[in-house]
Amino acid sequence: MNWLTELREKAAARFAEVGFPTTRQEAWRFTDVRSLAETAFGPGVSRWTVDANGAKGLVGDLSKAGDIARAHLGRYAEPAANPFTALATARLQDAQVVSIPAGADVLTPIRLSHRLEGPGPVMGTPRVLIVVGDRARATVIETHEDSGVEGAFSNSVTEIVLGQAATLDYVRVQREGRTATHIATTQSHQGKDSVLRSTAIALGAGLSRHDLGAVMAGTGASLVLNGLTVIGGRQHVDYHTTIDHAQPHCESHELFNGVFDDHARGVFNGRIIVRPGAQRTDSKQTNNNLLLSREARADSQPQLEIYADDVKCTHGATLGPLDPTALFYLQSRGLSAVTAKSLLTYGFAADVLNRIATAPVREELDRVIQGRLGVEMLAA
Amino acid sequence: MSTGSGKREAGGVILDIRGLHATVANDAKNEILKGLDLTVRAGEVHAIMGPNGSGKSTLAAVLAGHPAYTVTGGTVTYLGKDLLEMAPEERAREGVFLAFQYPVAIRGITNSYFLRSAVNAVRKHKGQEELDPLDFLQVLETKLKQIGWDDSFLNRAVNDGFSGGEKKRNEILQMAVLEPTLAILDETDSGLDIDALKTVAEAVNALRRPDHATVVVTHYQRLLNYIVPDRVHVLAGGRIVKSGGKELALELEEKGYVGV
Repeated sequence: MNWLTELREKAAARFAEVGFPTTRQEAWRFTDVRSLAETAFGPGVSRWTVDANGAKGLVGDLSKAGDIARAHLGRYAEPAANPFTALATARLQDAQVVSIPAGADVLTPIRLSHRLEGPGPVMGTPRVLIVVGDRARATVIETHEDSGVEGAFSNSVTEIVLGQAATLDYVRVQREGRTATHIATTQSHQGKDSVLRSTAIALGAGLSRHDLGAVMAGTGASLVLNGLTVIGGRQHVDYHTTIDHAQPHCESHELFNGVFDDHARGVFNGRIIVRPGAQRTDSKQTNNNLLLSREARADSQPQLEIYADDVKCTHGATLGPLDPTALFYLQSRGLSAVTAKSLLTYGFAADVLNRIATAPVREELDRVIQGRLGVEMLAA
Repeated sequence: MSTGSGKREAGGVILDIRGLHATVANDAKNEILKGLDLTVRAGEVHAIMGPNGSGKSTLAAVLAGHPAYTVTGGTVTYLGKDLLEMAPEERAREGVFLAFQYPVAIRGITNSYFLRSAVNAVRKHKGQEELDPLDFLQVLETKLKQIGWDDSFLNRAVNDGFSGGEKKRNEILQMAVLEPTLAILDETDSGLDIDALKTVAEAVNALRRPDHATVVVTHYQRLLNYIVPDRVHVLAGGRIVKSGGKELALELEEKGYVGV
């Protein structure tokens, strides 16, 4: 596969040129990846578990997905845009390719679950390509599990391509171990009238950085770009999102909620670009940060670049502890302070979870978050 | 006067307040209650009336244990126990209920789950078995029937997007399932139209019991046409300045607070 060799070589050249980012670079100001540069990582083994439930023919590795992969792999997540994408692409061995043929309506969620193996410290480059054909519909849930490997470094890249009027519900869950470093790039490309509903959930890893890029490349496309972070200890989660309204009459709704306990640290940078001519763009960005301890910290930065005049763009951010009046309200009904805190925190997280359209996936994640926050309300 | 025998039969003292002083945020310059006395017995309905800023809502909040207020003097005895020593949740479990003037929206938590959690917190405290969702639903349906309401807002998030009337009704529904010994209604009539007011008042009346007591905090006499009080107290300048029977409320309506 010459195209693949060429892709790898170009990316390797790019990484050789730029190297690991430093906190002197604006985009990496709050996230220090020096330790990655200083660690000699062995090659890890990416173990994928694929559950496509009767839709098995839709998922394959590179050997089975030649043409689709060749047409799309590496076309959207550009090595030039991010040094980690360059590094991951330079080491690209295989990929999970989900390909939904035009017009297909795949009702059962397709599950891709990744675990990095090997005696640590190891680096893995889990790679996913999701191509949804014209008018097709599907749900994909991608999870990154705790590998149990001390000092695992996952450098994940997922590319999503939606054809005309295609619909994809995409949920990505990162729950790696606390000693892991998780770096991820998700880049989507939407055709005319397509609908992408994406939810990124970060619960694990000691240090995690996720760059989500979405290009509205066809008119009338609709994007929901949501995220939920629930971390504590000394965990660090950094989300950088870029929504590129390249065409007119597109809408994007972005909601990122973060829960930070103990000494946890959150970063949110939300960039929205409205290109010249992208009239009637409707874009809304919200970033809410809940600080459960005095030591927790979160930084939020909207970045709006609007080059068209007939657009509607709003953004807002909140930062702070739980509402003391709400806590008192719950306590005045007999709930302990601890229970009141858990319930309010869950409610804050549920705001994102409740927007996941696929019911079984939503319920599954609901259980995960409830477990994480020590509430149990499934039967309610 | 005996300060609470702990008896809950009709006539027994449920709440006894003596010389209560309270400030906002522990700021001595911000004293709101300035030596308030009040005794409430089982089976009674007391109305606390007074102009804006007289300390009515502060009294309600202090009794429920709101952390924004600091008690700087006096005693509050509830069923023979020191109420001020108890955390807000302990007060609730011991049977004190405050219907909020401004009920708080809790996103993401359904009303039915919230109600069941509250009921189970009280049951657990009393050493009773906690109710599972099905058992609780039966209790709830019985209560709804008692007050003549349907179950339309059980599966919505607590007070989230509720109208003013719905929020007040939700407070009364919580009161119905929690069966408090002492219910304090803080300006439950505010923001209600006459029909909603009647609905809420009828529910409160349906829940009256000879071994329980109700304190109604209100600015207007209007509510008291429907929830008829045994005693009416005028609160002004942080103290009760006048007490009387239900006719005092009518007198206030006629002459205003200044006239009385």
